[in-house]
Amino acid sequence: MQVLYFAWMRERIGLPKEEINTNAATVADLVDELKGREERYAAAFADMAAVRVAVDQELTDMGASLEGVREVAFFPPMTGG
Amino acid sequence: MTVSVQAEDFDLGAEMTAITNGRADIGAVVSFTGLVRDMPGGSEMVLEHYPGMTEKALEKIESEARARWVLQDCRIIHRYGPLEAGAQIVLVLAASPHRQAAFEAAEFIMDFLKSRAPFWKKEAGSGWVDARDADEAALDRWA
Repeated sequence: MQVLYFAWMRERIGLPKEEINTNAATVADLVDELKGREERYAAAFADMAAVRVAVDQELTDMGASLEGVREVAFFPPMTGG
Repeated sequence: MTVSVQAEDFDLGAEMTAITNGRADIGAVVSFTGLVRDMPGGSEMVLEHYPGMTEKALEKIESEARARWVLQDCRIIHRYGPLEAGAQIVLVLAASPHRQAAFEAAEFIMDFLKSRAPFWKKEAGSGWVDARDADEAALDRWA
């Protein structure tokens, strides 16, 4: 699936998106997998209270299932307007 | 199309005319324009967004407003990219037979847009803008 990062999460991880092959069942499982990869991921996901997630472009939560999902995005709380 | 996410500036008068032109059943149009404030440490900012999801999120907010109030038309424009102090960021227009619905719908749209549409502000001086608890709390009154 495509995994996208925005704002300071993009800066900390160092890329806007990447293709990830994973067996993670939920968003939380994917986060754990990413955190175990490299320090920059661990740093980006250090404070989960400051991380929001969208699955296939719909806001959801860390418990969301990844079954059949094409796109997951991680980003800080939104600051539009 | 009533939702636009664009780098270009917008013209309030032209958008208002597009809504009211050729019809006489609208009693009220409320407009909200958000501007970039001059901030200490640098006045330029960059607005990042999530192409694809941004449009969907704004359309969802608009359809929720249309479900709650009698709106004859509605227009949301949000800019992205580099913006200088004084620049226009966002425009919301709500048209209704009566003013109360138009006022409330415009406020509702802005309240949800602030924390449910995927935009992130980065200021030249101080970096990424933190979300305010007050913006999240503002949603409670519409519950």
